[in-house]
Amino acid sequence: MNTNTTDFESLSLSNPGTERGWKSKLGLGLGFLGLFILLLAFFEINLPNQSLFLTISLLSIAVGIVFYTLDLYKNHPAGIKNNGVWLKDFTNGGTWAWILGVVLTIFYVLLYWFPETVGQGASGKANSGLVALFDPLSQLLKNQPASQWFVYGVLYTLAILGLGIKFIYKYRHNKYQIVRTISVMFFQLGFAFLLPEFLLRLNQPFNDFKNMWPLNYYFFDEWHLKELINSGGMGIFMLVFGIAMIFIISPILTYFYGKRWYCSWVCGCGGLAETAGDPFRQLSNKRLSAWKFERWLIHAVLVFSVLMTIAVIFTFLTRNPELSIITRDQFTWGISIFLLLVAGVIYLFKKDGFDKNIRNIILSIVVIIVGVLLINTFSDAKNIFFIESYKLRSWYGFAVGSAFSGVIGVGFYPLLGNRVWCRFGCPMAAILGLQQRLFSRFRITTNGGQCISCGNCSTYCEMGIDVRSYAQRGENIVRSSCVGCGICSAVCPRGVLKLENGSLENRINSDAVLLGNDVDLLSLIRNQKSA
Amino acid sequence: MQHIVIIGNGISGITAARHIRKLSQNRITVISGETDYFFSRTALMYVYMGHLKFEHTQPYENWFWKQNNIDLVRGFVTKVDTQKKALTLDRSQVIQYDKLILATGSKPNKFGWPGQNLDGVIGMYHKQDLDALETHTDRCKRAVIVGGGLIGIELAEMLRSRNKEVTFLVREESFWNGVLPPEESDMINRHIREHHIDLRLNTNLEEIIPDEAGLVKAVKTDKGDVIPCEVVGLTAGVSPNIDFLKGSGIELNRGILVNRHLETNIPDVYAIGDCAEQREPIGERRAIEAVWYTGRMMGETVARTICGNRIPYNPGHWFNSAKFLDIEYQTYGWVWAQPKENENQFYWEHPDGKKAIRFVYDKNHRTLLGVNSFGIRLRHEFFDKALTENWSIDKIINQLKAANFDPEFYSTYEKNIKAAFQKSAQTVS
Repeated sequence: MNTNTTDFESLSLSNPGTERGWKSKLGLGLGFLGLFILLLAFFEINLPNQSLFLTISLLSIAVGIVFYTLDLYKNHPAGIKNNGVWLKDFTNGGTWAWILGVVLTIFYVLLYWFPETVGQGASGKANSGLVALFDPLSQLLKNQPASQWFVYGVLYTLAILGLGIKFIYKYRHNKYQIVRTISVMFFQLGFAFLLPEFLLRLNQPFNDFKNMWPLNYYFFDEWHLKELINSGGMGIFMLVFGIAMIFIISPILTYFYGKRWYCSWVCGCGGLAETAGDPFRQLSNKRLSAWKFERWLIHAVLVFSVLMTIAVIFTFLTRNPELSIITRDQFTWGISIFLLLVAGVIYLFKKDGFDKNIRNIILSIVVIIVGVLLINTFSDAKNIFFIESYKLRSWYGFAVGSAFSGVIGVGFYPLLGNRVWCRFGCPMAAILGLQQRLFSRFRITTNGGQCISCGNCSTYCEMGIDVRSYAQRGENIVRSSCVGCGICSAVCPRGVLKLENGSLENRINSDAVLLGNDVDLLSLIRNQKSA
Repeated sequence: MQHIVIIGNGISGITAARHIRKLSQNRITVISGETDYFFSRTALMYVYMGHLKFEHTQPYENWFWKQNNIDLVRGFVTKVDTQKKALTLDRSQVIQYDKLILATGSKPNKFGWPGQNLDGVIGMYHKQDLDALETHTDRCKRAVIVGGGLIGIELAEMLRSRNKEVTFLVREESFWNGVLPPEESDMINRHIREHHIDLRLNTNLEEIIPDEAGLVKAVKTDKGDVIPCEVVGLTAGVSPNIDFLKGSGIELNRGILVNRHLETNIPDVYAIGDCAEQREPIGERRAIEAVWYTGRMMGETVARTICGNRIPYNPGHWFNSAKFLDIEYQTYGWVWAQPKENENQFYWEHPDGKKAIRFVYDKNHRTLLGVNSFGIRLRHEFFDKALTENWSIDKIINQLKAANFDPEFYSTYEKNIKAAFQKSAQTVS
């Protein structure tokens, strides 16, 4: 038998890097050490030097993630790294996913509704436990003790930064993913975390400039408006900027780039979903029934959110006429006329080849909102929607702001996927989505007839869009829910999908004919349609 | 209303069924012995690799078929009686048809190797092959793959994803060099080895050796090497799956012989997809094209013929795609492994050795004939147009930017390619 040495070498050398090495064990160890310190603090174990322990905890989590990442991907050439996703308990909704889901959910429940259990000092008392552990960092940044929200902000930012690094290394062959991820890391660290804390230090109102209404549902709250109006130039700037974001900046950016400029490049919820939530993106429900449910729910939340906001402003105008430049009657009529105008313009300009569903959705939304406003006006009720505005506001805060976006939105990552909130609940995503479908240059282009219907795009779409159903017909994908994360394009093994900003002409090409067959199908289809 | 029966629920048969439904109210029955529902065969590898669950490979939800009034029947057709227009299913049930579409696909080639039917020897074509591979996975430390084509390299990738050691026997002196020119083929050789696959070129399988229990124990190559292994993957091409048609009167060669209208010699019997063999090959195309895209096109064509608009199968410009581990491959028009007499070629390769592009054009007219691209995505529409309108190579080189389909922010190489083109004096522009 002729066995030469090179054969033996290739036999023995052919399987390196399959066992996790010391680096990933060290990484996991460090990560758990960091979390263990947080757990000790949570259980009110007295840690002698809080600054030191906090530093160790946060650093070891960050370093742990980096070590783990290196070991996970380093021995493999750059490329798609989805091996075993559906075979692992953690990422296929198995036992470990349930355990993580329960832990996250408990964390959110305590954070939102039982802050004292995490150590938030009640009514001016000193913090204890977990919150107290973060006091030194809070003092350093803004000369104030920490709150449960500060703790949450630090951990949230750490998650986006650490797991953002992991995401970048995982997709290191894909520059769109790298740039996009650096963007969400930057906006989380700079705009969501550091800038607001520095503003507080400078005795200015706390403000996250990128967090716009209606995602930021307290923007028009009485306390917030008063705070801004009473804080001089900076406060007024924040107020004007916030309103400009809603009515000018966002529509312009969405026109040019689609909603992705916000949802997967800037937004904090999106930032967490894209980084920490990335291992769970495949869990989103792709069924047609889920899409139907999504459209009902997200637009219902949008209506709820608009009505709540109108009610809150209405009350503000009633109570603070001296702070206002318009009366409450002008306001309700103004809103009604504005909405009807918007609906009218859409109806007129989008009459041809118009997506019936979207038109009905927009008309329904406007009719409901204006209807409620008018009923109120003519029945001379004191409150919009016949309910005290603060009650409406507190229901919204509880049901949408906390339970939906936090507990379900993040707590259920490992079970329902990483974009449940963005897909089913976020009123901001709903508005941007309606615009994206109607007035935007953004689309995902399908490359001729190259689709092989494999299903990677649909499976890894975190928004549950059945991307394949369009791609295999050669159609572009223009869906209101698409956040433009670009993963469908990344995982496509045949290079079929490309995110593009192009002309509005033929953007929605539902007449598309798969390239390949040399028959004049297009004219055939048109003849059938006109027949 | 006619009863259209389609044997085979792959891309060809299902495309035919869908288009017949769009065009008519005919009764449609699709028969499959493989699975209950249509799935994407090209995606089977991703199920084993854990990228997808099997259900994700099904492009339509299960309610789709009932809603569109397409009957699905599970079973193997054992006999076709073209006189009585009747099929026998699993030797008992009889189904009558008015029109019959044969879309039975392929089966993996076996070349009579000793031991080729042992437990642990698998192909990679059917859903059942995937299931068989799964059952042997736990005891598998090393697998040997025989046959250096597209399925072979996919099977190698699959096994590597589950941390199996893989030896890859390729008969040719370089991977897939019957199709790929030497530079591209060599690029893939290197990439295969980068993935720690023990690639053995110029090597044939002699026999598969069983252990006492009749399981695969090792393979012996024509070099005399004995390679211990638990799984052997036979991926030496496929051939039409037509054995059940012998004696039916339907004319067979290697495949089911059809004319340009995809009609067999028997009236009301059609054949499409992998199992069909063109009596007169179309252009440069092979008589049997076992390709996803051509199956889809034939399905579309036959549907129109059956629904009263008899048209010939008239595929446009050839295109194809594949992915070799991490390197994506697209091709438009014709690029042969060896240039033909009237052809000039221009090849550019990125220094990282993972991106390359090759243009083939006519020596005299300078019109584009074909393009191969590795690691750079190209726009199908662009090249379809360029080939149809006989664009010159110079025009192509100048307009490469519009041909690019890579994601945003990717580095572009149009300038480098153009500079190299000019430097090699294939001319400027």
